[in-house]
Amino acid sequence: MLAQTTIATPDVDVAILLPMLFMGVGGLLILTMTSVKKDLPAWFITGWTLAACTGAVISAISLWGRYTDEGPSSTIANSVGFDGFSIFLTIVIALAVIMASLLAHTYLIREQLEGVELHVLLLLSGTGGLIMAFANDLIVFFLGLETLSLAVYILAAMHRRRFESQEAGMKYFVLGAFSSTFLLYGIALIYGATGTTNLVEIKTFLDTQALVQDGLLLGGLALMIVGLAFKVGAVPFHSWTPDVYEGAPTPVVAYMASGVKAAGFAGLLRILSTGFQAVVDDWVPAMEVIAALTLLIGSITAIVQTDVKRMLAYSSISHAGFILLGVLAASERGTAAALFYLASYTFLVAGTFGVLTVLGGEGDNNFSFDAFKGLGKRKPLLSFAFMVFLLAQAGVPLTSGFFAKFGVIAAAVDAENYWVAIVAMIAAVIGAYLYIRILISMFLEDGDDDAEVLAIPRSIGVVIAAAVVVTVLFGIFPGILDGFAQDALAQLTASGS
Amino acid sequence: MELTPTYYLILSALLFSIGSVGLLVRRNPLVMFMCVELMLNAVNLTFVGLAWGLNDIGGQVAVFFVMVVAAAEVVVGLAIVVAIMKRRDGATADDLSVLRG
Repeated sequence: MLAQTTIATPDVDVAILLPMLFMGVGGLLILTMTSVKKDLPAWFITGWTLAACTGAVISAISLWGRYTDEGPSSTIANSVGFDGFSIFLTIVIALAVIMASLLAHTYLIREQLEGVELHVLLLLSGTGGLIMAFANDLIVFFLGLETLSLAVYILAAMHRRRFESQEAGMKYFVLGAFSSTFLLYGIALIYGATGTTNLVEIKTFLDTQALVQDGLLLGGLALMIVGLAFKVGAVPFHSWTPDVYEGAPTPVVAYMASGVKAAGFAGLLRILSTGFQAVVDDWVPAMEVIAALTLLIGSITAIVQTDVKRMLAYSSISHAGFILLGVLAASERGTAAALFYLASYTFLVAGTFGVLTVLGGEGDNNFSFDAFKGLGKRKPLLSFAFMVFLLAQAGVPLTSGFFAKFGVIAAAVDAENYWVAIVAMIAAVIGAYLYIRILISMFLEDGDDDAEVLAIPRSIGVVIAAAVVVTVLFGIFPGILDGFAQDALAQLTASGS
Repeated sequence: MELTPTYYLILSALLFSIGSVGLLVRRNPLVMFMCVELMLNAVNLTFVGLAWGLNDIGGQVAVFFVMVVAAAEVVVGLAIVVAIMKRRDGATADDLSVLRG
């Protein structure tokens, strides 16, 4: 005697979900395969990961065509937003997973850690990142963030024989879980203030209603900023970054600095710069302070480091500060500049940590300045690639880093955040000193000529070469990438409009 | 005394603070996990209290998602602790000091 009731289910537009399905289902399938057939060859596992990510990229590119034809829309009861922004970041995150997986391929063989786990976790973490890029609802965003983070906690602790790696995983986990609860508490308070967790409805609510008592909203906003600032490693929530970057396996660090950061900024850009644009006066002053501190502390502490991997961790903090400039401009120009920065930085950082994966040698711990002395003579090509990456990170013209920095600073000036823009320029100068210091020890100092000659594995060489080409290409023709970034704005639209 | 959502919000804010202070001062990893759980459940209480006050089902649904996330989080955390314990007996957070900072 069941009553004839129909449960209203929202429409699902599967085409929009395809990139997430490729990566998520791809990861789960290969995990199932290993339980059926043990000892899958390493090339098959890496190839499978690359195929899943390529599928995501191709489906994202075909979605781009649909976006330019039909404009933005959303699906599953407005909780998944389809716009240029989400497609752009999908491609960036999928490329980050591809490069990390290629770096990990030979790394796993060298460190005798063969297995499917790292690739599966990379794919699943990437899926979480895509969900964050697509999320139009704060709860969906939170679920994406947790999918991304939980996988990365394990990735950081992946190296079974290095205690530093497990320590990094533990530290990242405790602080990451701590910050996620802040984000979630913020979501709860915003739900209390606006009556919804959907960003489309929140935006409409904030645009139309003047809040008399906005304590809940402001408290929620502040807590969300804390949670998101932690994920992107902004000061004063950055203390985990150097430890985790130093301890975690180098290919994983490449992914953390590119993919995880891109996903975190996806949240900041979509939630703050777009969803909460109406209350921009409330959060921009706080973000200005965070951005200025991030820029200065990131670049100044980087100088005093003696370990190159740690130094690059601090430099990634100062890069986060630059991208924050694009966030706090809260304008279309700011978003486009931040996206340009994220895309070019993904290649830069994958290449940089690719070089470090080679140099780290067996045991993954040879990152002192001495290891770089005289590298220019021993490994001219590798040193040249590393030089390109360092110069690009310093923001030298003819590299993508120059236009990335120029774009965000111009966006900040445009939004009349003058003093932060000045701080950013100072930080860029301080940062340049640090990159030049590595270059000097590489090319001008004599090293140990008897040092073991490092072979560059092919899969890592491909990543480094591709990163050099992209960095120089976007440095000479920035218009290619900029054109896409301009179109890739976050738009919060209800379905059917 | 009539119960209003405000009481629940105050209670959950208190629980959240206890959890966050506990996480910062305690050194045993297991107790730190318990503190994270306490914080997540404080948020759950906030969601339910607000959903009641707003007369909206959305907040109660969110609680289910948070519970799933909390369970998954503990699994990952315990796995990392086990991996560390295999190498060192009776590890506390103070033993995790190979990395500076």
